Amino acid sequence: MRNRFIYIFLFLFIPVITIQSCQNEDSITYKRYFVNGKGLYEKNCQNCHGADGKGLGTLYPPLTDSTYLIANKQKLACIIRNGQTEQITINNVVYQGKMPGNNNLADIDIAQLIVYITNSFGNKQGQYDQAEVARDLAACK
Amino acid sequence: MKKLLYIALSILVIQSCTNQSDTKLPILGNREPVERTVDGKTVVDTIYQTISPFSYFNQDSVIITDKDFDGKIYVADFFFTSCNTICPIMHRNMLDVYKKFKDNPKVKLLSHTIDIKYDLPSRLKTYATKLGVEGNQWEFVHGSRDSIFNIAAKNYLVSAFEDSSDPQGLVHQGWFILVDTKKQLRGAYDGTKADQVKQLIADMDKLLREEAADEK
Repeated sequence: MRNRFIYIFLFLFIPVITIQSCQNEDSITYKRYFVNGKGLYEKNCQNCHGADGKGLGTLYPPLTDSTYLIANKQKLACIIRNGQTEQITINNVVYQGKMPGNNNLADIDIAQLIVYITNSFGNKQGQYDQAEVARDLAACK
Repeated sequence: MKKLLYIALSILVIQSCTNQSDTKLPILGNREPVERTVDGKTVVDTIYQTISPFSYFNQDSVIITDKDFDGKIYVADFFFTSCNTICPIMHRNMLDVYKKFKDNPKVKLLSHTIDIKYDLPSRLKTYATKLGVEGNQWEFVHGSRDSIFNIAAKNYLVSAFEDSSDPQGLVHQGWFILVDTKKQLRGAYDGTKADQVKQLIADMDKLLREEAADEK
């Protein structure tokens, strides 16, 4: 009688536990990217773009515009690695300046930065991994 | 005995109240005692360090001098427009000071560029406009290398120099220096720290009250 309860319990809960642990692994990876990305952001980006991602006047563009970040997601890795000189328009405001590149950042760092930026400041784009960044970087102009 | 205690306590309370409104900001920098004789007695006066006369081009390519700061309190700092380390943080904070005292005729802000070659007045103008600064309450100034580095080191006591080992070739500190109408140094605040800039704003209010009281 007691054994039967244990079997039923295991039968019912093992799939649930398995599924949950799988999800957890994904979300753990995501969280690891996000937390590391936050550290990298503070070191490499925050001076200009600000702790709240609002930029500064029209000197440094904000990172709060989800539309721009979604539309240009494949370009983000190249912008972070090589910098940007071309004029961009965000929320109908023109930004013309030079963003320095970050040659010191590895692909994994850039992936973590992208995860942090595209999931902060009102953005919610989810995970972006190293392989996707490597693909984007190969296509840099 | 109890009475005495009450008296002592009330004195303490009264004193703590008056102290709060009466405290003055300290006068910073070097000082030298000067003796003179008044009515046969020797009196010692203290001569405080002041900002020497200066003359620079501002963002409108107009020459401005220390005379433009007469009768005003001002905050001075050192930066350059292409700096991406502490300058954006400093000027994000300075923008708060600017907004707080905007259009106050008694207050000015003075940012010296230390990138003499690149930051010509036209570049300073572009920078100011992009920062959202109009008019000339906040002056962005360009001067000769010696005059800027000298006034930083000797008058404002801020370290700023060229260093070829730095990635951008220029090293400087992020102090905001508060100067009163007598051109004396009254405060130094780390412009990269939000809480110190809040203190600066509070101290500027205090200094303005002191200056207004002196005028009467």
